[in-house]
Amino acid sequence: MTTSTDANKKVGMSEESNLPQRHQVGTIWQVVFQASTIIGIITLTALLYNIVNSAFGYVALESKVDPETLAINDVPLEELPKEDLVQILKDYVSAGLFRRFERDKPFENRTHEEIYALIQERIIQPEIVSTWSLFDSITKKNEIFSQTKIKYPKAELHFVSWLNPDFVTSPQSSNPLAAGVRTAILGSLWTIGITLLTAFPLGVGAAVYLEEYARDNLLNRIIQTNISNLAGVPSIIYGMLGLAIFVRTMEPLTSGAIFGFTDPTTANGRTILSAGLTLALLILPLIIINAQEAIRAVPLSLRHASYGLGGTKWQTVWHHVLPNAVPGILTGTILAISRAIGETAPLVVVGASTFITFDPESPFSKFTTLPIQIYQWTSRPQGEFRNIAAAAIIVLLILLLALNASAVFLRNRYSRRLA
Amino acid sequence: MAGGDEIGNEKMLKRRVRLNESVIQGFLFFCGVFTILITLGIVYELGKESMLFFRSDEVSLVKFFTGTKWQPKIFEFGIWPLVNATLMTTITAMMIALPLGLCVAIYLSEYASPKARNLLKPTLEVLAGIPTIVYGYFALTFMTPLLRSIFGRDVVEIYNTASAGLVMGILILPLVSSMSEDALSAVPRSLREAAYGLGATKLEVAVRIVVPAALSGIAAAFIIGISRAIGETMIVAIAAGAGPNFTFNPFKAAETMTGHIVRISGGDISYDSIDYNSIFAIGLLLFFMTLGLNIISQQIVRRFREVYE
Repeated sequence: MTTSTDANKKVGMSEESNLPQRHQVGTIWQVVFQASTIIGIITLTALLYNIVNSAFGYVALESKVDPETLAINDVPLEELPKEDLVQILKDYVSAGLFRRFERDKPFENRTHEEIYALIQERIIQPEIVSTWSLFDSITKKNEIFSQTKIKYPKAELHFVSWLNPDFVTSPQSSNPLAAGVRTAILGSLWTIGITLLTAFPLGVGAAVYLEEYARDNLLNRIIQTNISNLAGVPSIIYGMLGLAIFVRTMEPLTSGAIFGFTDPTTANGRTILSAGLTLALLILPLIIINAQEAIRAVPLSLRHASYGLGGTKWQTVWHHVLPNAVPGILTGTILAISRAIGETAPLVVVGASTFITFDPESPFSKFTTLPIQIYQWTSRPQGEFRNIAAAAIIVLLILLLALNASAVFLRNRYSRRLA
Repeated sequence: MAGGDEIGNEKMLKRRVRLNESVIQGFLFFCGVFTILITLGIVYELGKESMLFFRSDEVSLVKFFTGTKWQPKIFEFGIWPLVNATLMTTITAMMIALPLGLCVAIYLSEYASPKARNLLKPTLEVLAGIPTIVYGYFALTFMTPLLRSIFGRDVVEIYNTASAGLVMGILILPLVSSMSEDALSAVPRSLREAAYGLGATKLEVAVRIVVPAALSGIAAAFIIGISRAIGETMIVAIAAGAGPNFTFNPFKAAETMTGHIVRISGGDISYDSIDYNSIFAIGLLLFFMTLGLNIISQQIVRRFREVYE
């Protein structure tokens, strides 16, 4: 008797004593779970902060010739008339160089801005000696000013937004102050255009086949498994496939030689066309999987109604299934495209150009894209290239944000129509 | 009588061959088969160039898989320095992504209010949608200086596998957490209620009931995460360093398989050189590693999934 009461007591005791403990452990772990999530959010914030921090800030510029000494009668350089600017240019550069400028493009035909840019480039020659991040520029402003005076007495401090309209519209340059992402943006758009033109019909076609036509046999099961495996293949492998097939094997096609393009600038099949096709292979599985889901979501009753009225299989698919699946397919495609826009590795392997300053003119041009440009600038040791890389990242993120917003917009419009 | 009519009609209703329907069906079939061609193309092209590589006199298959030096200039082709660096970054990444990813998934699925979940899930999806090149920039300009200020500039090199691995973990975190969260949410409510009914605390329900029930999905997410880390390229190309280096020190520079492929193909290489062929051999190995992991993950889901009515 006594022993069993003791045992009961013990059980009761242990339950009472361990319940608060269990709750305590529960609370601790809840904090851990919550903290993990917060760490995720903090990282995202740190990532964005790090980019914005580098995209703006003070820059110490050292000029070979102080622009103030070029001013005539207290009129600042940029407001001088064109004739005076030409005269300044003539005075400062060698006669041979001046004649070469004249030969390249007569000064009469050059605009005021062009000559001013020439003076900047040839005479003033501003050079970055040091850059600071946005955070430092705000918090340690005085320190920066005093330090610059000691270290670089000739230098002038400017607050620079590396991301500015000129940055978006000017082509690549080896001078970080003049460099822009125009070539890269156009390259990205051309590449994505080709990717879309190839991957969209193929992807939707495959999805329609698998959802509407395919019987449950071995071949179709292999196709389905294969697609989910392809989605997991690292992107760099697609780059190697593109290098082997599009750049080398199909060189006459991708360099445009069979169409009579003998552009000396094309680099043996390392063209926009090759890049676009490579990315198309990369996002094809994503488009197929998304399109399959969209098609699967179309109610069966719609198909039955169409068949009941005597529609053929294709009529049913084309007039009833696809129109209802279009918003879903488009959303999936946009998400796949935004993946393609950010891809870097396969394009490096396919052979993106390291330095081009001219706009791409056809699918057979050499190419560079935004991520490639960011990669090259990031790889350089000089700090100022990190700054323009950050500015280019902001451009890329804005582009992606716009794409994703349109995907969300499509999705919302679609769900409203169903309701 | 009506039945007799139907039999009569059957002859009229027999399938008519419509030419354009067949053409369209043929095209759609081609689209489906095209995806198989991609796989075959990958295996064929990588295999062909790898064969050229292994057939050349300077290379032996045994040395390739056992050698610890990768110096194409003096014809040393041992894959281990590259594989070792890949494993180092992958392990570092998974040490971040696995525990954090699972914790985030448990929090979102078991603890978070619907309002918090609706806010947090898209935020993590944003994290997943950022291009990897941006993470590479982040690793080099944020994580590396951070590590150097913590451990000292003499200990941590400018390019190191730790920084690349940590940032890669952040990259993979949303993938692991969202896949795991899907698995956790799929566990039926009745299981949770039964556990509560027996007096379990919230933590006990989450860890002893829900997580084991969703284990196959979580395991699949982990393996997909590993596969993603092995194939990840831009972060290591920017932050892990250039030049193969057989080291177990995470603060030293070392080149991964993907990093090596990018560096070699980014330079001017001539086709049919041994350098060119060698990257295809690395690529083939990479392809089989990731393919193997993906297949394992699918098998886990298929075989061990707990099915509830």
